[in-house]
Amino acid sequence: MADVTETSKPVFGLPRLNEPAPEFEAVTTDGTIRLSDYKGTWLILFSHPADFTPVCTTEFLAFAEIFPQLRERGVELLGLSIDSVYSHIAWLRNIEEKTGVKIPFPIIADITMDVAMRYGMIMPGESKTETSRCVFIIDPESKLRAMIYYPLSLGRNMQEILRIIDALQTSDKYHVATPANWKPGEKVVVPAPNTAETAEQRVQERDGYECVDWYLCKKQL
Amino acid sequence: MACINPDGTITPSARKILRAAETSLTPAELAAATDLPLYRIRSSLRELVQAGLLREQDERYVTTDAGRTRQVAAS
Repeated sequence: MADVTETSKPVFGLPRLNEPAPEFEAVTTDGTIRLSDYKGTWLILFSHPADFTPVCTTEFLAFAEIFPQLRERGVELLGLSIDSVYSHIAWLRNIEEKTGVKIPFPIIADITMDVAMRYGMIMPGESKTETSRCVFIIDPESKLRAMIYYPLSLGRNMQEILRIIDALQTSDKYHVATPANWKPGEKVVVPAPNTAETAEQRVQERDGYECVDWYLCKKQL
Repeated sequence: MACINPDGTITPSARKILRAAETSLTPAELAAATDLPLYRIRSSLRELVQAGLLREQDERYVTTDAGRTRQVAAS
């Protein structure tokens, strides 16, 4: 997966959906953690540009706010930036001191950029020394299921992150897809027929679905 | 290190794990017994086994004599 440039620095591509998430072992604020330590649980691995910066601080507060909702869904959070573990500890203590909010998840101190490179978190057009605002949603089998990339100037939307988790877990459980702007409780999309015969059957029988045509049918779970 | 401080003493979470592992437990059982998330248990188990404070057999973990001594000393 790694390529080699003229200066012999390894260059890693972006990870790909539905493939195993790149393994890592990293120093964090909770000690040395491996990706495999999260096997059996969902994981949101996210990066932020730097500690002690304003947008990142609002994001950490927002992640802490949805943390109980994530735990209810069997999801763990793991942050990352190219800062030292001492910087992370100082920042987390400062956030707690100034806002009263204790950040309940660990942060990777990726000083060597090893994890950042494996996950394509650095966008040189934005910054060569900071990670962009990336979100990687990894399932209990350590497979990468969703990715979102935000620019440095844009804080993330926590409701969208929760929505993605809900949609993925619903798809896995019921073998359905979710339409645009779907929210839990709304109708889901049933898989389209993949033969002419089953398409005709879908048109004739509908199976209790709400159909626009044979290829677009919804149902209530 | 999440379990062993630079001065050789053990952290509060390590103490909890060593106390819970007096009876042989799986990582999931240790997570339930200590109220620590599974990823922290797995990470801590590596460190504690390497330090000789826990012993692993058939994916179950039990505190060693050295671990018991260290746990009691920290209490």
